[in-house]
Amino acid sequence: MEAVQPNVGFVFGLFAAIIITSALLVVTLKNIFHCALALIVCLTGVAGIFVLLHAEFLAAVQVLIYVGAVSVLIIFSVMLTSNLASRRIVQTNQNALVAGFAALIFGAGALLLLKLHDIWPKAGSALPDDNVMTIGKLLMTDYMLPFEVVSVLMLAAMIGAIVLARGERS
Amino acid sequence: MVYYLALAALLFAIGLFGVMTRRNAIGILMSLELMFNAANINFVAFNQYLGGNGMAGQLFALFVVVVAAAEATVGLAIVLLIYRNWRGVDADNVSIMKW
Amino acid sequence: MTPYAYIIALLPLFSFLMIVFFLRWKEQVSSLFSISMIVLGWVLSLIVFIETLGRNGAPYESYFYITSFAGINFELGILVDSLTAIMLMVVTTVGACVQIYSVGYMKDDPRYSRFFAYLSLFTFSMLGLVLANNFFMIFIFWELVGLTSYLLISFWFEKKSAADAGKKAFITTRIGDLGFIVGLMMIAFYAGTFNYQGVFAKAAGGQIPAGILTVTAIFVFCGAVGKSAQFPLHVWLPDAMEGPTPVSALIHAATMVAAGVYLVARSMPIFASTADGAMVVATIGLITSFIAASIGLVQNDIKRILAYSTVSQLGYMIMALGLFGHDTALGEESVGYTAGTLHLMTHAFFKGLLFLGAGSVIHAVHTNDIQDMGGLSNKMKITTWTFIIASLSIAGIFPLSGFWSKDEIVATTLHHPVFFIGTLTIAFMTAFYMFRLCFLTFFGKPRDHHRYDHAHESPNVMTYPLVLLAVLSIFAGWWALPWLSHGYSSFVHFGEVKHEGPNYALMLISTIVAVSGITLAYLMYYRRSISAEKAAERFKPIYTFLYNKWYFDELYQKVIIDPIMKIADFMWNFDARVIDGAVNGTAWLTVLWSDIKLWFDVWIVDGAVNGSGWIIRQLGGALRYLQTGSMQFYALFIVVLVVLIAVFKFELVRIDRAWPFLTLVLALGFVALRFYSRLAAERNDGQSGISQEEKS
Repeated sequence: MEAVQPNVGFVFGLFAAIIITSALLVVTLKNIFHCALALIVCLTGVAGIFVLLHAEFLAAVQVLIYVGAVSVLIIFSVMLTSNLASRRIVQTNQNALVAGFAALIFGAGALLLLKLHDIWPKAGSALPDDNVMTIGKLLMTDYMLPFEVVSVLMLAAMIGAIVLARGERS
Repeated sequence: MVYYLALAALLFAIGLFGVMTRRNAIGILMSLELMFNAANINFVAFNQYLGGNGMAGQLFALFVVVVAAAEATVGLAIVLLIYRNWRGVDADNVSIMKW
Repeated sequence: MTPYAYIIALLPLFSFLMIVFFLRWKEQVSSLFSISMIVLGWVLSLIVFIETLGRNGAPYESYFYITSFAGINFELGILVDSLTAIMLMVVTTVGACVQIYSVGYMKDDPRYSRFFAYLSLFTFSMLGLVLANNFFMIFIFWELVGLTSYLLISFWFEKKSAADAGKKAFITTRIGDLGFIVGLMMIAFYAGTFNYQGVFAKAAGGQIPAGILTVTAIFVFCGAVGKSAQFPLHVWLPDAMEGPTPVSALIHAATMVAAGVYLVARSMPIFASTADGAMVVATIGLITSFIAASIGLVQNDIKRILAYSTVSQLGYMIMALGLFGHDTALGEESVGYTAGTLHLMTHAFFKGLLFLGAGSVIHAVHTNDIQDMGGLSNKMKITTWTFIIASLSIAGIFPLSGFWSKDEIVATTLHHPVFFIGTLTIAFMTAFYMFRLCFLTFFGKPRDHHRYDHAHESPNVMTYPLVLLAVLSIFAGWWALPWLSHGYSSFVHFGEVKHEGPNYALMLISTIVAVSGITLAYLMYYRRSISAEKAAERFKPIYTFLYNKWYFDELYQKVIIDPIMKIADFMWNFDARVIDGAVNGTAWLTVLWSDIKLWFDVWIVDGAVNGSGWIIRQLGGALRYLQTGSMQFYALFIVVLVVLIAVFKFELVRIDRAWPFLTLVLALGFVALRFYSRLAAERNDGQSGISQEEKS
């Protein structure tokens, strides 16, 4: 793939705009429920970016897990916990000023570094077309152990979540 | 490529801001998800541009997604617990660990 | 069954463990379980006995090897021969009778279950002792028997006399056991094995020097002296009567004290190889028997009379065995081995019966003093008649079992005039004191009407064992009728089978002796035609001497205990003055030196430690405000640091000029921190109000 071509550049710009805007909405909106909706938009945008980067499988996973599962989970918790979902209260704390400053410096610094250290290649390497198959094979061969470990982690998280959320029945 | 990295950096900064400023614990979790995604974009981009024929970056991103999901599950369960105990999800109130 | 004979010993152990761990709280269940176990053991013993009879007493041995130390093998195994089979029968029979009897006797005792547990443990030890196939094992069970005996004698430990008697029994037998241990060590050293067969083969084969063998035999005999209450260690047995009467019957009449005799019989090959050693044994037996019988003449405590009678009869057996060893070593014929073991068996039955009968009497009148009894035959028919059967048996009246065994013993002494006369004298005294006891207890006029009125026959559970033992006391000896060609002597023998035909002259003599003893008692205590008081008055010195048991206790007190106490006192004084002085002086110096070190420690060392602690504490006090408890603040902190690191890493600011910048950042950070924490504190103060609001 060459440097971002015009049409690709346009698509990238579109997704980038969506991501940045919705991300900002996520951290600034007063209503937490609206934040969750903005998060879904943002995550979908990231999935689009993955497609642009030839990571189709990852994009699918992104949509399935993040947009599908995690977002639903978050919305559920919002509805379970926020009887204040509709109420407009201050959603930011006293850190806001300092934190804003710090985040700004961080972001600016990162961009500055990107600018200063211009070592990034313009073109990517050719990835095999059957990404999905390659990933599947790798998961079952070279990455077997991490794969299993992650499975166990998921199981543990599941049990942990059930235990935590169940509370004491008395 | 630099555009992808810039996008990721901005997303990360936004997420960071959210983590530090949100009073609502769920909000903090959402901001964390933003940061994870920023990292993932970086991984995938590096894989695309610097990874040769390998898939390490994508696989790493995949694992990050899975771990993030697990983290979200447990985190939200904790939030529920906090809600039950404090009748609220304001992270500022949950400061019993302080000096 | 014989290969599994060890199960007989394990049954009571099982019952002991069950009672201690599970059944303790259910008294009836405990006793029932214990009794059923020993009855089962009795049945198995009977099978083993019949099998052994079938083998004509040929020994069966099986063992497995545990470990070996210094070339000596330690084994765990069983040896079943005629002697073992007979002892198994005796122990289980008397044990079962005693346990059944105890159900009645120990009724309402607060430690009822524990009593049965102890009885079971004792039975286990005794059976193990009998079954053992080597000296090492027999020693282990020997000591176990001693322990249970201690536990049972001082069973009513609230009573000081009972506790003292337990200690006395334990310590006295320990003296004998010391000799036994030395004997065992000599056996191990010279024979190189503990196994009976191995040791006996070496002893008989003359591979051990004669002098050594004699000394070894005497040391092994020391154990028997202690356990079987032989002179000079006989003093513990009469005192042991402080225990519950069933215990006296089981341990101090029928079984435990028989262990000593059993040991001598078992080790007969050793004694039969050393004429001198065997002579010592026989002499000790005679002396013991005589002393004990003479003391028994004048005692008034029913159980003590029986105890001295026991000691006397044990002396008989020891004497017979000793004489047999002596004669055999010199190559002469003797029937002592058969006589001793036969008397061991018959004595177990009739002495067990006597003790149980005495227990029944005590149960009825609540006293041990025969001067306070009298006329009880009207009230206690079964007890009286079984008691009289036993007395006749021990006195040696034709045709009860005691007659046959005693006759054999007398026959053993034929070639030794001193022993012959001594034996007959003792037989006379035995007959006399036993019937003195009978007449005073059961006949004549009641001397204490209050007690007499309250007397009553014991419950069935107590009288049935009496009847059973009475039957055995009559018939057990018939096995050894001299007219039988395949009787006892062909079953239990040492070396060649020796069968002696009936010796009618001897029978006549011993019967005359016994009858004359009974007649004298009859005249003195029933017809009162000879006044016992006058006789006592006339022979006052002898009477007092006998009444005070030859002053053995006083002698031991003077000769052994007092000097030991004196030495102990001296040692104590030496300890208190000299050693303690030295120790205390050292201690004083140490304390002084310690004080100096203490001062150094407190002011210098602790000062340093505390000083550094103080500094850390101050630092911590300043820094603790970083722990705001708010994760978000921590996140902020991380970000700030990451930014700082990035700044230096990528040299956005040059390090050598960074000091002002760094100082500025730190100062700003500190101010921000103080500001933030004050803010947080204020917010927390107002927090409760807000959260209340949110709740509502």
